[in-house]
Amino acid sequence: MSRKLIFELSLEGKKGYSLPQLDIDDRAIEELIPGKLLRDRDANLPEVSEPEVVRHYTSLSRLNHGVDVGFYPLGSCTMKYNPKINEDVSRLEGFSKVHPYQPDETIQGSLRLLYELNKILCEITGMDGVTLQPAAGSHGELTGMMIIKAYHKNRGDEGRDKILIPDSAHGTNPSSAAMAGFQVVEIPSNDRGSVDVEALKDMVGKDTAGLMLTNPNTLGLFEEDIIEIAQIVHDAGGLLYYDGANANAIMGITRPGDMGFDIVHLNLHKTFSTPHGGGGPGAGPVGVVTELVPYLPSPLIQFDGQKYYLDYDRPLSIGRIKSFFGNFGVALKAYAYILTMGPEGLREVAETAVLNANYVMEKLKSYYDISYDRICMHEFVLSAQRQKKEDVSAMDISKRLIDFGFHPPTTYFPLIVKEALMIEPTETESRETLDEFIEAMIQIAKEAEEEPDKVQNAPHKSPIGRLDETKAARKPKLRWQPEE
Amino acid sequence: MKVLEDLKYAKGHEWVRVEGNKAYIGITDFAQDELGDIVYIELPEVGAHVEVDDIIGSIESVKAAADVYSPVSGEIVEVNEELETSPELVNEDPYDAWIAVVEMTDSGELDNLMDAEEYEKFCEEEA
Amino acid sequence: MSRYIPNTQEERQKMLKEIGYSSIEELFGDIPKEIRLDRNMAIPGPMSEMELLRHMRQLASSNKHTGEYTCFLGAGAYDHYIPSAIDHIISRSDFYTAYTPYQPEISQGTLQAIFEYQTMICELTGMDVSNASMYDGATAVAEAVLMACQATRRSQVVVARSMHPEYRQVVNTYTKFQDIPVTEIGYRDGMVDMEALEKAITGETAAVVIQSPNFFGIIEDIEPIAQLAHKNKALLIVCADPISLAILKSPGELGADIVVGEGQSLGNPLSFGGPYFGFFATTQKLMRRMPGRIVGETTDKNGNRGFVLTLQTREQHIRREKATSNICTNQALNALMATIYLSLMGREGLKEVAYQCVQKSHYLYDKLINTGLFTPIFKGPFFKEFALKSSIPVDKLNRHLLDKGIIGGYSLEKAYPELGGGWLIAVTEKRTREEMDALVERVGEIAGE
Repeated sequence: MSRKLIFELSLEGKKGYSLPQLDIDDRAIEELIPGKLLRDRDANLPEVSEPEVVRHYTSLSRLNHGVDVGFYPLGSCTMKYNPKINEDVSRLEGFSKVHPYQPDETIQGSLRLLYELNKILCEITGMDGVTLQPAAGSHGELTGMMIIKAYHKNRGDEGRDKILIPDSAHGTNPSSAAMAGFQVVEIPSNDRGSVDVEALKDMVGKDTAGLMLTNPNTLGLFEEDIIEIAQIVHDAGGLLYYDGANANAIMGITRPGDMGFDIVHLNLHKTFSTPHGGGGPGAGPVGVVTELVPYLPSPLIQFDGQKYYLDYDRPLSIGRIKSFFGNFGVALKAYAYILTMGPEGLREVAETAVLNANYVMEKLKSYYDISYDRICMHEFVLSAQRQKKEDVSAMDISKRLIDFGFHPPTTYFPLIVKEALMIEPTETESRETLDEFIEAMIQIAKEAEEEPDKVQNAPHKSPIGRLDETKAARKPKLRWQPEE
Repeated sequence: MKVLEDLKYAKGHEWVRVEGNKAYIGITDFAQDELGDIVYIELPEVGAHVEVDDIIGSIESVKAAADVYSPVSGEIVEVNEELETSPELVNEDPYDAWIAVVEMTDSGELDNLMDAEEYEKFCEEEA
Repeated sequence: MSRYIPNTQEERQKMLKEIGYSSIEELFGDIPKEIRLDRNMAIPGPMSEMELLRHMRQLASSNKHTGEYTCFLGAGAYDHYIPSAIDHIISRSDFYTAYTPYQPEISQGTLQAIFEYQTMICELTGMDVSNASMYDGATAVAEAVLMACQATRRSQVVVARSMHPEYRQVVNTYTKFQDIPVTEIGYRDGMVDMEALEKAITGETAAVVIQSPNFFGIIEDIEPIAQLAHKNKALLIVCADPISLAILKSPGELGADIVVGEGQSLGNPLSFGGPYFGFFATTQKLMRRMPGRIVGETTDKNGNRGFVLTLQTREQHIRREKATSNICTNQALNALMATIYLSLMGREGLKEVAYQCVQKSHYLYDKLINTGLFTPIFKGPFFKEFALKSSIPVDKLNRHLLDKGIIGGYSLEKAYPELGGGWLIAVTEKRTREEMDALVERVGEIAGE
């Protein structure tokens, strides 16, 4: 049965709002705004009562799988528990009802929070300055790439137009580099799933602006040669950019600054527990070493010993990257999370996340192929090539997992692994949940051999069957239209 | 995998059918099979001048996109507009669903392309 | 162990043993010793829930907020009414603890809501297609500029100085790294200076970018600007206030090629500037150039209607450096708030909000002019915000008002040095006659001092 759209519930005369009566004498609208600027035809918004609106969206919400519903091992996304107290504090009126342009003396609480979060993120990453303006990870990447460009330019080092990126990287990396006006050069991975250091040596040169690296990388493996990699890039005159998508594995264990990175972005919605919101809002703060602090977006938040203030006087800054001061409401939840955990708590997070991933990997190793057989960090990548021989794909396995109440892993990424299934359990999961997931995966592996059609036609228990994506893309229907 | 005897082939998996001075260009059966269900084809502009290996369009499936490179130099004199509304024709009969026609400036360039036998070997190596 | 981590120390040991390790330390063996952190991080915490709550309350209480103060400050973030039901719905964790709907079979809630959102944005803007949202109004404008350059294969843009200063700054940041020169055109009577615009557009202009109602609150005359842009084969990008679109002719009807804007007004709290969301809509013709996620309708194997992410070949995870944009995570939950807001307000409610904004802002405008302390700066028609020249220094004025429980207007001089004494006042449907009269009275007091 197809579910109705809000527009299909609409009936003229229904209303879901209440507004006070206008308490001043009104004038004819045409007296105030010329008639030619006014609409002749209303925007076709629905007319629905409040209980119907609430029931409609409540019923929609029940079609979703979220972290609070069940295990969500979506690799590279760090789907950890979103603490409830953080939702409460973000709704305190002193935070939620503050206008961004209020005078400084009326926003000291917000400024102090951002200032302290900056300091904390510096310590966690080993950086010297942080901006909280970027709204998401890829926005942080773009900011970082702009900083690299501005840095070389300001030094008069003009020919540096290439960014080196491993072939295992997220699509956002090359895309962000290109958006900042760089050319992208792909570095091959070696047989251990790491950057091929010899290849890197041959690739760096006077045109190298920098290297973008995720560490642990997208295969969930730690780049063991990171010290040498940093040396090679720095010797060539380039900078090192750390994609913090996988920072959950290293908190309190090691820091990008100590590895030799110059610029770091973090995803507060991954590592620092802020809710993913069905696709945002996130936040992608960027930290840099001392030499690059002048290039950070403007304004920065400063403290003069008595009050917090916004510093706009920053001539080398790349400029503004977003309006106002970033996603404050997201930063606030990350701050609350860090205060709750403390230094030892964050270290326990990394340890447990890494243990959970290794536990699941070890138990599944004999049922699925694994491209790089070494200790993993917080996530690992299986390959369904063995199952593919029975005509069961990584996608089929993913869909079958839905029947067991689990969200599927990230599929077909990274691109260098065929039939990839990228699994990130996070520290949120109990051993019991992990065991249930392992059992389900083993059963699916057996089904792939014994009754493949059961896997190929999955899911069987979802609110809707497998959807026709080809049809959606061939004849795009991107909005509802009233029937004629 | 189907390969036609009387066509020329490029490394980007394009085929060329020569009619007089005109080169009909499409993508091979191997290419359409790799891409899967094709959902959209971006065609070049008629009148555009192209050199060998210039991008003359792109072919998209749900989860992949591939550029089409011109195997010859010349002027685009015709494009297959039917593909704009029916991209699936490339899946159904890739050697009939030509994408564009180039009026060649140097037919000698055809000698750099593969014949059917060479192309078959090329595909085996790629797979 | 933390209360957010279910496994006990003992269990961790058991798990380690089962997979053949004796310590957690062994799992980090790939990390070279030289770069290991041999101390605890110097950060605060841990805090119990009670301690955290106390600390956060203390921080919150050192802010002033619009719950206790009357707000006449706008300039891109507005104190509109937010129906209670919105927060209840978005607090359902099946919405806020999910991620991007990559697996449509268990994400129909998010996907259908986005499809409804896209439809509403198309209706308001008068455009054919909308994406699932951008980070905010400023980045939506900047991405529209980059899209216009790609679509027209041109590399210059003309931007109205009457657009929000921060949006112009973000456009400047995005464009300078791609060597796209930006020409700023001035205003006359608070609206785009048509003569200057005509001179600025060339055969290399990819887009003309305007805001309406603009930063001064004035409704631009979009149609002739669209004609001028199109005559030169440039695109017109309009940044709009979505509430105003309930009663104003849509930019789409007037010839815009891309319509973007800040969506905060639609049911999103002020939250010190974010998270908000940007909306982004365009024509059928430019659909495949659009950045960001897009949801489309399709069917499942049984023929049921369902929704999926579609046209994904535009995006970074497929096209990598050739993608239309690097955007990945956007502002889905904020767009959901807008969707619920627009569902609740509906056709009539949104018109009523817009109507009250117009009536009340004009009421206050007249009252303030009548004090004799202010003179109009501009003549153009305005929607919910207007600029006055104050005879009292704006800082002094705002300071006095703050003492009396009122958050005063935006000082235009900061961003427009040529508008010394300029005071930008926003009046939403939330302001009452009593509050407006109080503002006028307080202003009178300071003049009398």
